Formats: sequence, C-alpha cells, structure tokens
Amino acid sequence: MGNVAIELRNISKRFGSVVANKDVNLSVYNGEILSLLGENGSGKTTLMNMISGIYFPDEGQILIDGKEAVISSPKDAFDYKIGMIHQHFKLVDVFSAAENIVLGLENEGKFDINAISKKVQEISDKYGFDIDPRKKIYEMSVSEKQTVEIIKVLYRGANILILDEPTAVLTPQETQKLFKILRSMRDDGKAIIIITHKLHEVLSLSDRVAVLRKGEYIGTVNTAETDEAQLTEMMVGQKIDLNIERSEPENPVDRLEVNNISCVSREGVKLLDDVSFTARSGEILGIAGIAGSGQRELLEAIAGLQHLNDGQILYHNPKTGDVENLRDKTPLQIRELGVRLSFVPEDRLGMGLVGNMDIIDNMMLRSYKKGRTVFVERKAPKELANKIINDLQVVTPSASTPVRRLSGGNVQKVLVGREIAASPTVLMAAYPVRGLDINSSYTIYNLLNEQKKKGVAVIFVGEDLDVLIELCDRIMVIGSGRITGIVDGRTAKKEEIGILMTKTERSDDNE
Amino acid sequence: MSSKRLAQHSEPLLHITKRDAMVWYKGVIIRAIAIVAALIVCSALIVLLTKLNPLDVYSEMIEGSFGTERKFWILLQNIAMLLCISLAVTPAFKMKFWNLGAEGQVLVGALASAACMFYFKEVRMGDTLPLVYEAPLSNAVLIPMMLVASMAAGIIWAVIPAIFKAIWGTNESLFTLMMNYVAMQLVAFFIMVWVPNGSSVMGIINPNTESGWLPELFGQKYGFNILIVGLLTVAMYIYLKYSKQGYEISVVGESENTARYIGINVKKVIIRTLIVSGAICGIAGFLLVSGTNYTVSKDIAGGMGFTAIMVAWLAKFNPGMMVITSFLVVFMQRGAGAIATTFGLNQSVSDILTGIIIFFIIGCEFFINYKVNLRTKHKEG
Repeated sequence: MGNVAIELRNISKRFGSVVANKDVNLSVYNGEILSLLGENGSGKTTLMNMISGIYFPDEGQILIDGKEAVISSPKDAFDYKIGMIHQHFKLVDVFSAAENIVLGLENEGKFDINAISKKVQEISDKYGFDIDPRKKIYEMSVSEKQTVEIIKVLYRGANILILDEPTAVLTPQETQKLFKILRSMRDDGKAIIIITHKLHEVLSLSDRVAVLRKGEYIGTVNTAETDEAQLTEMMVGQKIDLNIERSEPENPVDRLEVNNISCVSREGVKLLDDVSFTARSGEILGIAGIAGSGQRELLEAIAGLQHLNDGQILYHNPKTGDVENLRDKTPLQIRELGVRLSFVPEDRLGMGLVGNMDIIDNMMLRSYKKGRTVFVERKAPKELANKIINDLQVVTPSASTPVRRLSGGNVQKVLVGREIAASPTVLMAAYPVRGLDINSSYTIYNLLNEQKKKGVAVIFVGEDLDVLIELCDRIMVIGSGRITGIVDGRTAKKEEIGILMTKTERSDDNE
Repeated sequence: MSSKRLAQHSEPLLHITKRDAMVWYKGVIIRAIAIVAALIVCSALIVLLTKLNPLDVYSEMIEGSFGTERKFWILLQNIAMLLCISLAVTPAFKMKFWNLGAEGQVLVGALASAACMFYFKEVRMGDTLPLVYEAPLSNAVLIPMMLVASMAAGIIWAVIPAIFKAIWGTNESLFTLMMNYVAMQLVAFFIMVWVPNGSSVMGIINPNTESGWLPELFGQKYGFNILIVGLLTVAMYIYLKYSKQGYEISVVGESENTARYIGINVKKVIIRTLIVSGAICGIAGFLLVSGTNYTVSKDIAGGMGFTAIMVAWLAKFNPGMMVITSFLVVFMQRGAGAIATTFGLNQSVSDILTGIIIFFIIGCEFFINYKVNLRTKHKEG
C-alpha cells in the first residue's frame, strides 16, 4: 500500500436541519480499493460529492498528499486529480465517446480526433477497456457508457477515482469485467473509492471497508478480516438475520394470464414484444432484467395505464370464477369489474403518492370516491393512516405530515400499506426496496410474503438478483421487451439469469 | 497544475440552502419585516424625489382608503371585484392550468349582461312631460337572465382553451392570452353596433328605470356585490378543501401521473374545472355591469384579470388568505392614487411606490423558502 492519497478530517455537512455527515474521518491510500459502505441515506454520496467539488463541507478539512485542499468546484477537483463517476451518467447523448471525453477541457486548440483516439487507446490498453472512441453515446449500452465515464476521468489524469454504485445497472458478467479493470487500476497505484451497499461485492473487491451510519463514521476494517455479519452490524447498528423466508406456495391456481401482449411506443419502438406468462395465487413471481427492458410497461399494461397493440390480459376471478379481459380498460373500469389489483409503482412520489399531500390525503387516493355526497370522507382514511403508521412503524411526526418529508423507507411503507389495505388478489410491486435501508427492505419482503400466504398472486420486479433468488418462487427474465426465460427461484443460478438478461440483445445483433 | 493557483480557491462567501418547514409565526415576521422595509425604501424615495414628509404621505394613503364612509365602501367594492376574479382563477391554477384569460372571460361576461340590458332596455311611454319610461322585463326576470348569460359567456371563453388542452395538449397560456384580445375586439364591435353615433362609448344603460341594476343592499350601492363575493369565497374554500372535485383538482395539479394511476379522468377534470373558473369570471363580469358600472367598455376589467393571478398566488390559492392579499393590493392602489391627487404628484410616483411594495412582498418569499448562510471561519485542525 502506498502513501495517503486523500485524508478527511472532521468533515460535517448539514442540509437544513438534516445532518448528512457528522465528524467524518477517513483516509484512502494510493494503490488500494476502499469500499464506502452504508445504507441509503447514510451520507456516502454527500461525502463523496464534497471531495469531487459538488458540495462544500460546513466544517472540517480535506488533505491531499498531506496538504490542505480547498475544493469548491468540480474543476478544482480535477486539478487535484480527483475524478468521480456518478450513478447517473453525465454524458451528452449525441456526442461520440471521444467528444464526451474531452468535453470541457480548455487546452490544445483544435479537436483532433486521431490524437484523442490514440490517447484513449493507450488508456484502454493499459487497463483492459474495450471502446470505440467514435461511437455515439446513444448507441451504447449502459456498461459502455460507464466505460466512457471512467476513461473521461482517467484522460484528465485522475489519481483518485470515486465510483458511486457502479454495479447497480450492470449484469453479473459486466460487473466481473468492471472489477477486473478496477483491480488493474489499483495495481497501477491509483486510489479507488467505491460507494456501495452490496455486501458480497464489497467482500470480493475491496482491500478495506469504511462504514457510515446515519452520516457518522463508524470505522474502517480490512476486508480480509471481516464478514457479512460484522459489516451489516456496523451498517445497521444491530445484528440482523439476512435470510429471507420462502414458504412453499399453497394450492396455486392461475390468477392472471397474460397472452402475447405487445406494445409500441410513440416513436415506434417495441416496448413489449409478444409477452406471455401466468401469475398464480399464493406465489411470488419475480421479474428480472436490465433496467428499462419493459418491466414498467408490463406492469402498467396490467394496471390499465398502457395501451396495448396486441394480446390479452385475462383475470380469473376467484369469487365468481369468471374470466375477464383487462386489456384497454381504465384503472377505474378494472376496479368496477371487481378485480382487486394493487400496484406499487416504481415512481413512488410521482405516481403512487402525491408528495405534497399528507398521509391521510394519500390514503384517500384509493377511496375518495366512496360515499354518496359530493364531499370527501376523511374519517376512514384517517383511521387507515393511523393503522398503517402503527402496524408498519412509519416514522412521522403525524398523519398530517406531507409524505415528501418522510424518508424513503417510510414513504414506501405508506404506499405498500395502502395498496395492501385494499386486500388485493393481485399485488404488483416495481422495485419496492430501491433506496430502502436493510430494515425497511426486510419489512417489505415480509409484507410480500404475508400477502403470498394469504393467496395473493404477487408480482415482484427487482434489481438485486440475490434477493430475487431468495424471495421468489419463479423468476421471469425480460430483455428488450421479450421474455427470455422463466426459471425456478429455488434452483436458479445468478449467472444463468445474467445470461438470460442479455440474451435478446445478442440475437438482435445477429439479425 | 500549480499549487499556487489552487491555494487561491476559497470558500464561497454565501451559501444558499433550502429551508425545512417554517413555524408559521416566523413567516409572518418575515413578511412584516418586508413590508416595513418596503415602507422605509419608499420613504427615502419620497423624500428624495418630492421633498415631502413621508409620514404625511402615508397618512394620506390611509386617508384615501378609510377617510370617509364612502371611501371605505369603495375600498370594499374594489376588494370584492378583485377577490371575485382571484377566486375564479384559483381552481385552474391549483390544477396547474395557467389561465391567463380571466380578463377576457370577465369581459365577455360583462358583455353578455350588457347585451341583455340593451336588448330589453327601457322604452319611453308617450311624448308628454314628464317623461315616463317603462322596462319591458321586471328585474326579477332580467337580473337572473343576465347572470345566467354572463356565466354562460364566461364558461364558453374558458372552456375552449380547456378542450384544446385536454384533447390536443395545446399551450393554455398562449391560448387564453389570445382569447383576451378576441374578447376585447368583440366588446368594441358590439359597442359600435349599439352606439351608432361613432363615439364608441356606451353610456349608462337604463338610467331612468334602473332596469337590470342590482338594487341597494344594507343601504349601500355595492351591498350585493360584496355579499355575493363573500358567499363565493366561502363556497370556493369548501369546494377546494372538502369536495371530491376539489380533491381531484389537487391531485391533477400535483401529478397527472398519480391522477392516471388512480383512475381520474384528467381530460374531464380539466374541462370541468375551467367551467367553474369561467362561470365565476362570468359572475365577475355580471357584477361589474349590473352592480357597478351599468354599462360596458373594453377596459371594464381594468387589468384585474392579471392582478388576480398575483393575488391568488400570494395567498397560495387559499380563498381565506385571498381576502387579505386582495385587500393589500387594492389598499395600495387606492392609497397611491390618493397621494397622487393630494400632493399633485404624477401618477407614476404612486406606481413606483406600489411597485416597490409588491417587489418586497414577493421577494420575501425567497427568504421564507431559503436560508442564506454567510461564510464561517474554518476551525484550525
């Protein structure tokens, strides 16, 4: 291990009354990979944003190569050879890789694609990237875009690299490739910080792990001397059982039958292509796939929010035994048919809830039409709000607090609580644990499991393959709007799902 | 990469951070400070420009609004009209439908009332003196007819852009704005038709029988205007806060996606809300003709359709608060007018004062939503 590349002393940062970081002390050495571990909202990204010049610390010092540094803009950060690769890429879509890489550099007059390409090639060869400098960003896969971001900071001579949740959008195979590159950069003497909350990645990649909890620095441990249980305890502050229970489905019957549905966007892109599957009562059907492969459209089609060009969605009513076609019905018509369909959408505050309304008014979203008068009835929603706050331990000053003021986990509890309160027969949840801390995530898994035991057909769209494999009875893999396979959750391997996730893309290339 | 250049970087002087929810009384204090600061700046300006004692000027402003009983009732009347139009734009704005067409909607409402009065105007009976006039319709028939006609006209003017927005997604701001000009020309056209002498000024209609005039109430000329607007204020408050339709308006305004998700028919809500909005604008037009001017002109709305947007917005679309904000705006306009006449000042001076005060009132919202932190000295590590 080399010298200290960057040292943080007593760094604090506040946003209003929220303390994002409090007295954080941290050192990173040249030639090491440090994982910055912590739950969502623990202040990891804020801390790194202060190093990369996006925020300025309220208190404390940053030392680079032993000298105090003042980083008040991203440009200063570059001058200190710090480069950050953000979770959401900051690239210009219509520019080529090379143009994005040199964008904002003030030197050497003319744009010389050959000279840039040569330098990009040198960097690529050195660390094992594979990139075409002339390719436009919009033609690239997520993993290629990430490569451009990494080369961009290396091109600027970055010595300290910060990667914010770099594997969130990658398939298992792409993750392995990225790790290989990161290791070769480490061996070249660079200091690398990766922000993550995935424990198995921390253990397989990093040399040391620094843990933050609620904005406070908890400690740093050598990866070789620790395990998942200890890291979780540091992260959460208490011991946690990391196993998700999975019961055998009881008398599963077909509840929702999707037959050959297709849907085309306004621009003529096929969002869903001949999708067929069956969701059964009393089981959890997982849906895996790279983000944006048609998961959202699929759920919205079932919920009556997406116009279909072809196919049918059949609902088997458990009470009457009737079979209803839900295609092209509005959410209201679906409910009037007696179909108890609950939907926890991906966009919680933009679709599932109204951020500026309080918990009571958000409960009313599903029930405001009840009653014969022209006035809304607030008593039942108020009782429901208080019941959910008690049952799911929602942390909120009161039931009349706007939901946007709640933390991510509590927002999700309010939403899931409301959807479950309608005693559904089909429950769809899109990324229900995204951004949630470990405790809240397990609360949500338990709620889904409870519904499963009650005989609800649960459809769970997830991004963490480990969770999907532990929780779901069956896992359906979707790639570019097509179903590429349905596997048994009890026997599936992560690699197998990873291959299915990218299958359609490959067959497209061959066409 | 010289370390010299790096050493020059220093912490920015000001940080601006968003505030959390503020205790209500702090908000009141900040607004009070803003008004006091505005008055101080105005005083300085008055002394500088006119060498008058600012205290005299301010007392004259108060005098101008509250000085006599008559002035007080005019103040109330002006507040009522501005408040009425503010109430009209509120449901649309709450739905984030940027209705800039209140001016035009009020105008066509006024035109409809005037048309009813004109086509059923008083007729002279015989040629003998004293002249005797008779109205063809009794007020019990004519006034309700005018009200309905005005509301219908306001609704038509508001619902046209609403339908285009709901079905084809056109830009409602431009559309409603353009409709104002159409309304203005329409009024000008009808006055030309009704007043053939080419003066393009419509005199008072039915001056003898007062047919189609709202009667006095509580012995006051404007009694009915004030009562009707008062009732509308309460009704709008209840409509927005407690009715199912009001709830739908809030949801559509906050997030159309959420509205779709729970099965609200967004198109229907947009059109229905603009019907409400247009109808109230129509009522405002009716009150301006039947309860105030007894005639129509293309300046009858006097820009209130736009001032109302500011009044509604400052009150955060709460009808109760709008009573206060419309009072504030009308008080300043009347006060400014009073000092202009009393001290023989140019009308521009009062416009400048009004501008300064409104600037401070709106500007203080920034300090209610954000906090400005000065640079703090680094702790030596």
